[in-house]
Amino acid sequence: MTTAMSKPASSTHPQRGELAVHAKGVTKHYGKGDNKVLALRGVDLEIAYGELMMLVGPSGCGKTTLISVIAGILDRDEGELSVFGNDYAKQGQRIKTLWRGANIGFVFQQFNLLPTLTAAENAAVPLMILGESRASAVKKAKDMMSRVGLESKFNSLPSQLSGGQQQRVAIARALVHQPKLIVCDEPTSALDATTGHAVLRLLKGVALQEDRALVIVTHDSRIFGFADRVATMDDGKIVTIGKPSEVMQ
Amino acid sequence: MNFVAIKMLVGDRAKYLGIILGIAFAAMLITQQASIFVGLMTRTFGFITDTGYPDLWVMDRKVQFIDDTKPMQDTRLYRVRGVEGVQWAVPLYKGIIRARLPDGTFQNCNVIGIDDASLTGGPPNMVTGTLSDLRQADGVIVDQVGARGRLARPVLDAEGKPVLDEKGKPKTNPLKVGDVLELNDKRAIVVGICRVQRTFQSQPVIYTTYSRATSFAPRERRLMSFVCVEAKDKPADPALAAEHIKALAARIERETGLLALTPSEFSWKTVVYFMKFTGIPINFGIAVVLGFLVGTAIAGQTFYQFTSDNIRQFGALKAMGVTNRRMLGMILLQSVIVGLVGYGLGVGAASGFAILAKNSELAFRLLPETLGITAAAITIICVLASLLSIIKVVRLEPAIVFK
Repeated sequence: MTTAMSKPASSTHPQRGELAVHAKGVTKHYGKGDNKVLALRGVDLEIAYGELMMLVGPSGCGKTTLISVIAGILDRDEGELSVFGNDYAKQGQRIKTLWRGANIGFVFQQFNLLPTLTAAENAAVPLMILGESRASAVKKAKDMMSRVGLESKFNSLPSQLSGGQQQRVAIARALVHQPKLIVCDEPTSALDATTGHAVLRLLKGVALQEDRALVIVTHDSRIFGFADRVATMDDGKIVTIGKPSEVMQ
Repeated sequence: MNFVAIKMLVGDRAKYLGIILGIAFAAMLITQQASIFVGLMTRTFGFITDTGYPDLWVMDRKVQFIDDTKPMQDTRLYRVRGVEGVQWAVPLYKGIIRARLPDGTFQNCNVIGIDDASLTGGPPNMVTGTLSDLRQADGVIVDQVGARGRLARPVLDAEGKPVLDEKGKPKTNPLKVGDVLELNDKRAIVVGICRVQRTFQSQPVIYTTYSRATSFAPRERRLMSFVCVEAKDKPADPALAAEHIKALAARIERETGLLALTPSEFSWKTVVYFMKFTGIPINFGIAVVLGFLVGTAIAGQTFYQFTSDNIRQFGALKAMGVTNRRMLGMILLQSVIVGLVGYGLGVGAASGFAILAKNSELAFRLLPETLGITAAAITIICVLASLLSIIKVVRLEPAIVFK
């Protein structure tokens, strides 16, 4: 089993190996009384800059809850969590949302593109959220779309794109504002194997940089090989963590 | 993000049109029904508006509205004239007198008797003839609508039977200058045709002199309906003039025991009577409320459906950093857009209706106040319609995007 590098992030220009995400003893429950369900039971996890971490495990094991907590979408109950040195527990809802908008990019299982916006406009949304003008945001979005191979689809509506193309628009949207953390939820589950591999190659090639970390939640064992490390979860805990070859065994 | 909000709204054309139509329908119904109501209420005091000239209408204290005449003795006229500050005071007769038509049928007419000497208080617009023609023996002036309608003369064949048109209805010729009427078995000659505001009862209006009107009327001890008064030495400033007239009204009431009202007070008293003692406001109110409710239901349901259908997209936006405050702003912007477009279309349709109804019998009066009321109603509809969506989106957990 490979342990994560434990050197904390030291500067505004972090280097590969420095810690991007540090979670210790994180718990999270849903419901109340008899309906109370413990989704996370003391999760310890470290993700370094420049690392592609995959969270795998059976349905209901807590993978999605964990990335939601890491992304600041859900509040943890207990434990420590630091994302680029930032502790969500010390932030109000509004500040947390704004911080999330500036620092985290999302790739969703169902793409969640806005159906009435063109592909370029969809990719430009995070910049518009950050207050950038539409023209400037769309220009940058087009640049990013060119990097993911969609230069001919700027003005297409999502309904005019294939699943793989929509996911590439979603990737462009996740990267356009240069976030430090990319969170992907089952990015290949709605795609065939070939397209899924293409998307992963793209994520690894374009998204992964020295000053950025990637967390991918997946069931798809065919893509484990793209990860630097794979964390296997079960019943709200991380049970193994290591290189893909180790986990596959 | 305003751009995103607008594109989300207008991009889904079916729902966008649904919301717009709901609001436009409400705006049109509210404006149209309220305008017809105002038009009808305006007709109730149409005669006061037409008469126009007096500063004060003096009448029996028991009079409740313009058509509710409580005849006074002629001596009351002299008492009013004797009040200090009265420039002049003239009698006015207003009553219902039966006219006998050539085919033997009867038609109730609203007969107005104006001062013999000055002829003040005559019809506001003459179509044929002049007001001074009333000085001819037995002369009367008939309103145009009455002359063309209820007082029109049937066309008779050689045997004296009515000639029918292609629809089987008796052909008629409008009453014209020189025709003879029988008013309460007394001869009257049409000397002019005038145009007046439509009255609430829509009876033909016949103007004649006061003395002739009282001779047409059934014999009663008291026949004078109103005394019309002009104030002496009115200040040029409208506000001071109003005070001056009010003071004169108080003096007349004190010294004669009669009721003295300005035209606007008398008009309002008439409107209040109709609002209080007829079901008209309730009927129109129901239509307005119905328009409001239907508009709210259609717009609210469609807007909520629009939000529900886009809930994952809203969740994604929240996950990507859109705050609740900004989300609220986006929904309010969408609400303002559909409100403005719907209001414009609805009021435009109602105005088109007004133009089409201009020369019809329909009572339709579109006031700026009505547009304001409609705007307020549409604002409430938009707020109510967007409220459910706002609650849904504000309560939305962005984690929905991972489900």
